[in-house]
Parts: sequence; C-alpha cells; structure tokens
Amino acid sequence: MQIVPYRVVSRVVVGPATVTLGLVPVAQACVTAAPGQFMMVWCFGIGEIPISVSGIVNGGVIEITVRAVGATSAAIVDAGVADVLGMRGPYGTAWPMGAVVGRDVIVMAGGLGLAPLRLAIESMVSGRAGQRSLTLLIGAREPAQVLYAEQLPAWRSAGADVRVTVDVGDSAWHGPVGTATAVFERMSVRADVAFVCGPEMMMVSAAQALVRAGMSPAQVFVSMERNMHCGIGHCGRCQLGPLMLCRDGAVVPWEMVSELVQVSGR
Amino acid sequence: MSSDAVILDPRSGMQALIDALDTAGYRVLGPVLRDGVIVYDDVVSESAMPTGVRVEQGAGRWRVFQDARPERFSWTPGADSWKRFVFPARSEVLRIRRTDGSWTTGQPAAPDRPLALLGARDCEVRALGVLDTVMLGPNHPDARYAQRRADAFVVAVTCGEPSSTCWCTSMGGGPQPHDGFDLRITELSDHAGHRLLVQPGSDRGEQIMAVLPGSDAHNADIDSAAHVVQRSVDRLPVRLPGAELPALLAGSELHPHWDDVAARCLSCSNCTMVCPTCFCSSFSDHTSLDNDEAFRTQEWASCFQLDHSYLGGRPVRATTAQRYRQWLTHKLQTWTAQMGTTGCVGCGRCTTWCPAGIDIIEEARAVIGSQMVAARLQPVDVYVHPR
Repeated sequence: MQIVPYRVVSRVVVGPATVTLGLVPVAQACVTAAPGQFMMVWCFGIGEIPISVSGIVNGGVIEITVRAVGATSAAIVDAGVADVLGMRGPYGTAWPMGAVVGRDVIVMAGGLGLAPLRLAIESMVSGRAGQRSLTLLIGAREPAQVLYAEQLPAWRSAGADVRVTVDVGDSAWHGPVGTATAVFERMSVRADVAFVCGPEMMMVSAAQALVRAGMSPAQVFVSMERNMHCGIGHCGRCQLGPLMLCRDGAVVPWEMVSELVQVSGR
Repeated sequence: MSSDAVILDPRSGMQALIDALDTAGYRVLGPVLRDGVIVYDDVVSESAMPTGVRVEQGAGRWRVFQDARPERFSWTPGADSWKRFVFPARSEVLRIRRTDGSWTTGQPAAPDRPLALLGARDCEVRALGVLDTVMLGPNHPDARYAQRRADAFVVAVTCGEPSSTCWCTSMGGGPQPHDGFDLRITELSDHAGHRLLVQPGSDRGEQIMAVLPGSDAHNADIDSAAHVVQRSVDRLPVRLPGAELPALLAGSELHPHWDDVAARCLSCSNCTMVCPTCFCSSFSDHTSLDNDEAFRTQEWASCFQLDHSYLGGRPVRATTAQRYRQWLTHKLQTWTAQMGTTGCVGCGRCTTWCPAGIDIIEEARAVIGSQMVAARLQPVDVYVHPR
C-alpha cells in the first residue's frame, strides 16, 4: 500500500462546507482517472476516505469535491492551498463512455452526486464522447447547494439540455421544486443511456422511473456506495450481495443491483 | 515398495521433521495443547505436540480428553487457525514520516524466517487457498501476504478422527488433502504398528523428505492409509449440498428465519474470528505523540460489528438479522460470485465456538428447506467478476 503525497494547488468553496480542491503530485508523475473512478484521499493523522475524481484540468491537476461530514472529510475541506494530502488510486469502475457514442444520453444527479459525473459530462459537452444528445437533470436541496452552478451556462451553450430542481427554493428561485425524478417524469425525453448518481434512494427512484419510461436496465448506470476502508478488495466492507463495490463498482448497470437494493440492510 | 513415500516413527520421526525444517531455515509452527484447547505455536520439540489427545466438539461445545494412547493427530483443530500466521490479526501495513512539506514512506520489515505449518488439515489447506484468492487477486495482490504464503512450507495431515461438527465433505473437501501441501502425513495404527506415512506434494517437500530417517513405505502402508481415509469419509455425512448453495440461498433475503436466528445470535463476532477464511478487516491510522509519524494498521474486523457497514451516519446492516444474513450468505452464497471459490471449507469452527450454539448447517437448512423459499427459487443469474 503506497500513499502518494499531493499538494493542494487550488481551493474553491462550491457550497456550504463544500470545496473543490485541485491536487498535483508533489514528486511523482500525474495519474489519470476515468470518469466515475475514485481515489482514496488521506489526511495525515486523521484518516482516509474514498472520493470520486470530479475533474482533471490543466494537464493533470486532479479535482475532488468534498463536503465536510465526518472527521476526515472535514480535515480535507479545511486543507488550504500548499497543504499536502495523500492519495492512492484511481480505483473502481468508470462510467461507460463507449456506450454513449451516437446515443441520446440522460444524466441525473442528486446533490454531491454531480461530482462523480462531472468528468463524464465534460467529456460529452466538449464533443469528445460523441453522444447524439445530452439531457442533464440536477437536483439539490436548495439553490445555494447546486454544485458547479457557474459551469452550467457553458454546458447549456454546448448543447446540453440542463435542468436544475431543488427540494426547497428561495425568493430568487424560479426553477422547478421537487426531485430530479419528478422533473424527469414531467418531461417527454427519450434516452438510450442514463448515468445516475446521488443518494441511494434518489438513484433507486430515478432508475426505476427511467426503466418505467422504457429504458433497458442494462443501459441505466448508477454509482453505488458502501463503507470502504481499503479500496482494493481486502477489507470486505463494501460488499453489496455478490458485489464488492470498490472492485465491481462504484459504477454498475442498474440491472446488476436493482434486486439487491430492494432488500434493506444489504 | 513405494519410494515416493516413507514411514516415520511417530516420535523420533516427528522430531527429525521438525529439525529438518528448522535446519532448512523455517520457523516451525505446530499444534500445542494449551489451557485445554489446541493452538498453533512454535514447536522445537515433538514432545510439545499433542499425544493421545481427543476432542469432542458440538454446537457451542469443546472438550479435550487425553489418555495414554500414542496417537499424534487424533484431535481436530480448535479455535486457532493458520490464518493468523499468514494474515495476522493486527499488523502494520504502512509507516509514514512527515518531512518538510511532504513525507517518506516506510514498509514494515518482512518476517525474518519463512513459516512451516505442521499439521494442517484438508479444511485448513483449502482455507489458505481461499484466502489466497482474496489476498492475491489480480489487481491488488497483498505483497506481504504473498511472501508469507509463497515461502510457507505446509505439512498437511490426513484427518483420521473427524469431529461431529466437521462437514468438509459437504464443501468439496475431504479428510485427506490432495494439493496445496509440501508434505502429507497420514497416521497409521494397525496390526503393523503405529507409524506415520509421509508423502511429498512438491519439490521442496521431496527435498525435506529425503533427509528424514524413514524407511520406504510398502503397498500395505498405502492401503492402510486408504482405509483411514475411508473410515473418516464414513463418519462425514454430506450435510449440505455445497456446490448448490449459491443457487439454493438465492432469494432467501426476506425469509423469516433470519429473525429466528437473530433472537439467539449475540452478534459477538466469534464465528468470524475463528473462521479460517473470514478476511474482513479494518484499516486505521495512528500517529506518534509528536504527530510526525503515522502508522496504518490492518486488523481483523467482523461483519457483525455495527461500524462494519457504517455509511452516511448509520449502519447499513442495523439489525442482528441483517448481519447474520450477511455473514451466512457471504460464506455460502455470494462468496462464489465474488471470488470464484466457496467461502466455507466446512471446518465447523463457527458452530463449535458460537457461545449461543448456533449451527450454520441448521440455519442454512432452515432457510433453504422451507416452502416459501422453494416457491421463490428462480433461475439464478449471479454476477461473476470477469478475470
């Protein structure tokens, strides 16, 4: 097990207790990560947690978006520019970018779930992925918690149909209120491939709605989460039935987990 | 005559084997009767190993009896397993010293002597093979485990006295190991006397065997060993259809029997701690007092612990029923899809060492056998990780 030191080169507050950090290796060559993969991020003396890669910019700066929830995530959020964090990875499966070529794609994100989708979205809005169309449904608790809000105009002007919905609006909010699934169900959008990431309940309801609308469960992809200590299949914690999510996930086709998540406590 | 097998004296021959392994550079580990239970520990003298020891095991029951009989391997294994030597209960995996603006990483030192495991039963040899598939997976093999395993010299023993909790033959094993060992001992006691039949399973096994003060085995010895195996097989009824368990347990998630077990299960983790294949662990970091050095340790953990499934502020598996279901179905069902092997070798430890006397076989039967599950049995489409 080797932890590589990374220096924080940028820190942007993107929401309440939520930051996007840019990291470059202190000495080693930059690593690359496929959209949807995660790194184990370590703060000296505190702990280590799995965090999805939310961006790779300027030829190798790895971006992660983290919300302070527990001790380790709070320490990572507190890291300042020039601080050193540890990382190892990338680990896990990726969003299947080959599946979007020539297809109509819908991406549904709930809360921080937009972060693991961002590399895939940028691949699509930049034209590299070669999809036919992209619909992006973003759900957030409140307008202040919409991630990457400053990027949405660019995504729209690149041709994506971007819709944002919040659980609770404010006086300045003129968009829809409710879940991303509810927004989807009011639309008559047709899609061949779907990428979904958010809290498990959100992904279940979204995936079920997508399948009800006629999509194949093999073409709906979700990013599942369980407790994870090692990221390399040795600690046994990220089991979801026959899956070990650090190895077989986090990104899996809905058909692989639709039965598993029906049973609570798996 | 059979020149690829030798006959050893049960006492002087055993000492010669220990000496030969020691001379070859191995740390020799073998069975020791201590505090009323068989444990594995360093042995330098054959007299430290059990003689005339018999064991009675049942659900939540372990009793040792010793008499003047000369048998060396008439016992069955206790709570201890070889797992703790190749996969220690707690070990340092990483040490990081903070330097100016970065850090340096140190790897823990490798063990100075390779291990010789003297007296591994077939269930234990297969358990090491199961652990290998976990620790030595294609993507992230554990280098320290790999070294301990590759160097380990395995002296396997044919089981001549299986316990009532043994069910290896149900899980694809048997009283006699067929591979995964360097030497195999079968204890013979018949009209020709009390003796050990030693057969090699590897080149280095042959090299050790060559220096043992044994006589060449005769066909009668081989026949006598076959009789020992058959006698054990006769005492090991097939209690569950091991290969069919993944299919039989599919769809059992909502069975009411999980609540029945949960009413008895203490969620104490004993079954996972004594299991020779359970590999779940915690990785945790500690720092030196000056906060300049961090240590990462890997420690055995259990799916019966609440924090094992902690996610988003709560445990995913909050009830004992959910945790027992996770454990049993992982052992007997989902392990196969994850690793390509069964997770259970049928050693019976989880049953013997359960303080509530919960028998994994009885619980699996209760879940599999009911009409409710039978009605729900569907063709199984188990995801198998592509290798």
